Amino acid sequence: MSTALNINSPTSRLSNVPALEIGNLAVSYRSHGEDHRVVHDVSLEVRPGEVVALVGESGSGKTTTAQAAIGLLAQNGRVESGSIRLNGTDISGWPQKRLDSIRGSKISLIPQDPTSSLNPVKTIGEQVAEVLQIHRQGRGTEIEARVIELLARVGLSQPELRAKQYPHELSGGMRQRVLIAIAIALKPALIIADEPTSALDVTVQKRILDLIDELRDEYGTAVLLVTHDLGVAADRSNRIVVLKNGRVQEQGPTDEVLAAPRSDYTRKLLSDAPSLGKGRYVISRVKDGSPADADHAVIVENLVQDFHLSARRATFRAVDDISFTVRRGTTHAIVGESGSGKTTTARSIVGFNKPSSGRIVVDGIDVTSLSGESLRRFRKTIQLVYQNPFASLDPRQTIFQVIEEPLLNFDPLPREERVRKVEAILDRVGLPQAVLARKPHALSGGQRQRVAIARALVLEPKILVLDEAVSALDVTVQAQILRLLDELQQALGLTYLFISHDLAVVRQISDTVSVLHNGRLVDEGPVEDVFQNPGSAYTRELIAAIPGQRNAFLENSVLNGASQ
Amino acid sequence: MSRYVIGRIGQALVVLWAAFTVSFILLQALPGDAILIKFLNPELGLGPEQIADIRASYAADTPLWSQYLHTIANFLTGRFGYSVQAGVPVSALLLANLPPTLWLATFGFLLAVILAISISFVSVLLPLPRLRAFFHSIPSLFISTPVFWLGILLIQVFSFQLKLIPVISPGPWEVLVLPVLTLAVPISAPLAQVLMRNIDHVLTEPFVAVARAKGASHGWVVWKHVAKNAVLPTLTIGGILFGELLAGAVVTEAVFGLNGIGSLTQHAVSSQDIAVLQALVVFSAAAFVLINLTVDLLYPIFDPRLRIQKGAVA
Repeated sequence: MSTALNINSPTSRLSNVPALEIGNLAVSYRSHGEDHRVVHDVSLEVRPGEVVALVGESGSGKTTTAQAAIGLLAQNGRVESGSIRLNGTDISGWPQKRLDSIRGSKISLIPQDPTSSLNPVKTIGEQVAEVLQIHRQGRGTEIEARVIELLARVGLSQPELRAKQYPHELSGGMRQRVLIAIAIALKPALIIADEPTSALDVTVQKRILDLIDELRDEYGTAVLLVTHDLGVAADRSNRIVVLKNGRVQEQGPTDEVLAAPRSDYTRKLLSDAPSLGKGRYVISRVKDGSPADADHAVIVENLVQDFHLSARRATFRAVDDISFTVRRGTTHAIVGESGSGKTTTARSIVGFNKPSSGRIVVDGIDVTSLSGESLRRFRKTIQLVYQNPFASLDPRQTIFQVIEEPLLNFDPLPREERVRKVEAILDRVGLPQAVLARKPHALSGGQRQRVAIARALVLEPKILVLDEAVSALDVTVQAQILRLLDELQQALGLTYLFISHDLAVVRQISDTVSVLHNGRLVDEGPVEDVFQNPGSAYTRELIAAIPGQRNAFLENSVLNGASQ
Repeated sequence: MSRYVIGRIGQALVVLWAAFTVSFILLQALPGDAILIKFLNPELGLGPEQIADIRASYAADTPLWSQYLHTIANFLTGRFGYSVQAGVPVSALLLANLPPTLWLATFGFLLAVILAISISFVSVLLPLPRLRAFFHSIPSLFISTPVFWLGILLIQVFSFQLKLIPVISPGPWEVLVLPVLTLAVPISAPLAQVLMRNIDHVLTEPFVAVARAKGASHGWVVWKHVAKNAVLPTLTIGGILFGELLAGAVVTEAVFGLNGIGSLTQHAVSSQDIAVLQALVVFSAAAFVLINLTVDLLYPIFDPRLRIQKGAVA
């Protein structure tokens, strides 16, 4: 290894020099001829072998700080002042050309979204080999052998085959493993992991974080873990830095920050984090204890949903013999990972899919027998709220038009009546009347999701299907929306069908739960029963994968890191 | 052959049939009559009976549907009829005029692609922001340039002022230089615009950030990651622009006084030579369909995501 720099020598692990030391960093973005400062006076350090979590909500400046550290700010971004020291060398003033020599070799990146972070028209092998080629590590066959070795190291089966495949042939978790292989290829001193698991299912998330932990132990690499999930930070970091509006709120050893947060903001984050809030933050719900009450809002019996694959005559069974019932006025959660059939089940209940076999009764109506006009009428009783509040609202409509539209599709009402209904429902979801004239882009994510809920409720449905309705929101906003949903349920006697991959959130909001795995029902019952006595190995795995459970063992992991 | 290929070929045949039918109806609906224009000329001194004979030999007075069926059957067996004006088979006219246009179109298209690619990539690779902005604005200039004006301007500058290319009896290659340039410039513009937009878009993709994080220089990123991803979607535009190429050839051949499909079209229109026009429309449609079919079939070769997966591993 011949490099111009002496950053990252094996001894650095033992030395007292931090792998990364950011001092009084200020970053600004230039837009419309003006500089907007988004990171103010941030200082932090990451020692060799240590994981430091950079925690905050969207817009807190955590990603900008991480991008500045690796010299990859957007075109209009600029480090205004402060220092960025990598193994003691200040790289903040370096030109891009000089930074190229250390990126990938001394400092590397595990990106957020594995699906779009690999070049779709190059093979996996080429993309792993690239980092070795750029830094001139070996020749043809040598590189090939190293690529296979790396792919095997990050836990990919059949590495020779993977090397020849293209990104779209691999799952999200496998792609993230490939990106990790690229990040560790040259044993860098520092890895910046920018929300490395936010886009992955919870069990995959756990495996990927385990892998990063393992590699950190093996190579003594420092990790700057950027995350919005306090649960992940609690499990995986030695120290936590909490950011809000580009300023450090507090920082310190993870167990200390979690046990005795000093800033109000950290306390709020902690109380809102579903995975950390076990028992502390449970929405109180009224339950009448009469088991004889057979008033079911939704009955699903032996639901089967086949899809025909176009190429051959083959069919794919997305939902395989699922049954459950939902009592009126309660919340039933359908939990599973991507591909478990949870969304397909929801679509069948709303009447978007015709079931291959089985029976679905919603509010006394057999959905499978409906078609045409009666199906359209039926949609008044059951409404959907989607995951992505950015994509589910028409950007050209005003908020008034968005909420009014469902009314226009059903019985004609005079305009004054519609206005009254829209205003009343807006009030219900806790939005000011002033937003009615605005367009979706002028609203925050939480406000948009409130609009989506208002749009669903304006028809006065009896049942609401919430398809990952809070998954795209920051924890504090998520907590607000969950509270709103609970209030609405109590006030309007609504029945919720809550589709989610997040068991922690499910525990907060649901009364009963069905756990799906590969289209089959593997567990069901009241939420607490399922949590206390999971009936299947899969449910146990799901529960174990919820981040934020390692608090108890934290002392041990802190010992591995550098002492403060 | 895969279902995809069969489907594409089926669509191509439907397009051809539609082009034939629509042009047939339009040409019949036109006022005027090629036979009368030619043979009613008093200098020929033909009597009404003789003209009626000639009309009968062209089957000009049979009902429209019978003419339609007759023509389509002839086209299917490769008989395109006779030109009323020239009095020779239409196929002979097409064959005679095809080679010069084919050369013009091929070189014009190649030059357009080279121009578009150079302008687009130079505009992202140049170190100076002002130079980049200048190159970025070139396509808008090109796109608003009329073909006839550009042709005349080029003749004026290169032939009359600089005297680089003789106007009278130029060599076999010299004759092509200016027409090819005239044809290429306006076609390169939309290609370059789409390419630039694609490059800008691909540069914001997360995989580009990952490549930068590997230590790749700007040039490496552009050539190894951006180029292929940005060029792929322009294949479609390239196919569509082929239509522009045919339209451009008509004007270019007129301006430079060249023989070819363009000038043949121009003459056939002015003399309402319906048989020739009908064959030209079908020929152009066939060429267009063939180019676009080729583009569709080429995609899976360049883009691994479009390949049919054989026994993919889950």
